[in-house]
Amino acid sequence: MEPKIKIRSITREKIEEDFFASIFGKFFSEVTSLTFFALRFFKEVLKPPYEFNELLKQSFLVGYKSFPLVAITGFIIGLVLTIQSRPIMVKFGAVSMLPAMVAVSLVREIGPVITALIFSGKVGSGIGAELASMKVTEQIDAMQVSGTNPYKFLVVTRVLAATMMLPLLAVLADAIGLFGSFVGVNLNGQVSLSFFFLQVFQSVDFNDLLPAVIKTFFFGFAIGMIGCYKGYYANTGTEGVGKAANSAVVFASLMVFLIDMIAVQLTSLYQN
Amino acid sequence: MTENAVPINIEQDTLRNGSFVVEMVHLRKSFEDNHVLRDINMVIKKGENLVILGKSGTGKSVLIKCIVGLVDCDYGSLIIFGEDTSQLSERQLIEMRKKIGYLFQSGALYDSMTVKENLEFPLRRQIDSIPKEKLNSLIREALENVGLVKAIDKMPAELSGGMRKRLGLARTLILKPEIMLYDEPTTGLDPITSKEISKLILEVQNKYNTSSVIITHDMECARLTADRIVVIKDGMCEAEGSYDELKNSTDAWIRSYFE
Repeated sequence: MEPKIKIRSITREKIEEDFFASIFGKFFSEVTSLTFFALRFFKEVLKPPYEFNELLKQSFLVGYKSFPLVAITGFIIGLVLTIQSRPIMVKFGAVSMLPAMVAVSLVREIGPVITALIFSGKVGSGIGAELASMKVTEQIDAMQVSGTNPYKFLVVTRVLAATMMLPLLAVLADAIGLFGSFVGVNLNGQVSLSFFFLQVFQSVDFNDLLPAVIKTFFFGFAIGMIGCYKGYYANTGTEGVGKAANSAVVFASLMVFLIDMIAVQLTSLYQN
Repeated sequence: MTENAVPINIEQDTLRNGSFVVEMVHLRKSFEDNHVLRDINMVIKKGENLVILGKSGTGKSVLIKCIVGLVDCDYGSLIIFGEDTSQLSERQLIEMRKKIGYLFQSGALYDSMTVKENLEFPLRRQIDSIPKEKLNSLIREALENVGLVKAIDKMPAELSGGMRKRLGLARTLILKPEIMLYDEPTTGLDPITSKEISKLILEVQNKYNTSSVIITHDMECARLTADRIVVIKDGMCEAEGSYDELKNSTDAWIRSYFE
């Protein structure tokens, strides 16, 4: 006899279909929400009143306070890149090209990307955690009640600060990285500082530096925006703060690579 | 509706009567399937202290968040100072909000700012180009009102629970609002500090003639501060009256709040 109640057969395919539908649904809803959040920035940034004092404060916190970390990382990257590249350059009899090779790698790619990743770890997570904590403790609501536009005060200033400071930090990281490379070159030989930098400037021109600097503006914008978005829409509770900080770093780092990929493609089109 | 409850029939009252600062007519608010406010009809009279009682999750906080504009209601009219809020532009709503003070349950103090900066923040944003002397005197007056002058340079993390509430109150009062909304002002405080906060609420009412809405579970606070009490049940106004009227209600459920 046929059973009266039919039990729905749950197949592996069905579970996978639901799982992927849920993952993609969440992803696209997140991307849409982030896009609207980012579009609001362009509307608010031009509208007075302007929060200059908060912008200066955030620029100090985001830029100046990140400098030591970026400087140390830049120095180590320059040094390590030189030490690691040296044997292969020796093998090809091109050891004299070492400063030029390191300079091009640093300025075009490694400097901006590593700085952006460090920046996303420090600043992106910081912004995410700070805003999430403000959300959880109703500080954002308190701002709104007191007649302040919290998006303008909190988001616009932080995103602008991140967008302006990251290019500066990346250029400084490049310079310190080159100095690290000079130290690396001198570990196994004797090269004067002037000769080293002469080789560097012969190999690197404006066309290497400009696209690299331009893309750091986009990195900074993405890191600031994602940090703010994750914090602003954090779930209530202490767990929400941790999640906001964590997902801000993960999402921002992913976005850095995505922007870099697009930037490299565009640059190569222009340079060819 | 209980025996002691006075039905609040807004339609029969004279709407836009100058003695009402807030009028709520058939107010409803849902969060997806959760119908928090089902049908709220209530008025807040000028200069009165209205206490709202009700079990947790009955929509008391949502109700005052609707008044201050942190939450938009789904249905019904919310008339503040004689103006229907649904007809106001964003700019007009911001202007209206300046006349409404909100004391958050947690205090919602800005962690990264000192006590002085916490008070400076709303002032600088609402009063254009305020002279420094005037700013300092307003801050001092606000801190004197709540007895926190000595803590002016401290960070919020260095303050006790009672001090945080008092600072939250000072930050709200510094703008001299016409309506004060208190979200559980005595929660988490010892009985002595709770009594101090209740007295402070009364002082504020007397000094600035503000209309206040006080959400509380603290019956001592309700007794001390209330001119009128409204009890909310399942997102609707269940009963209304003075402290003594509701205490002697024939409805056992209403009486249970006072036992």
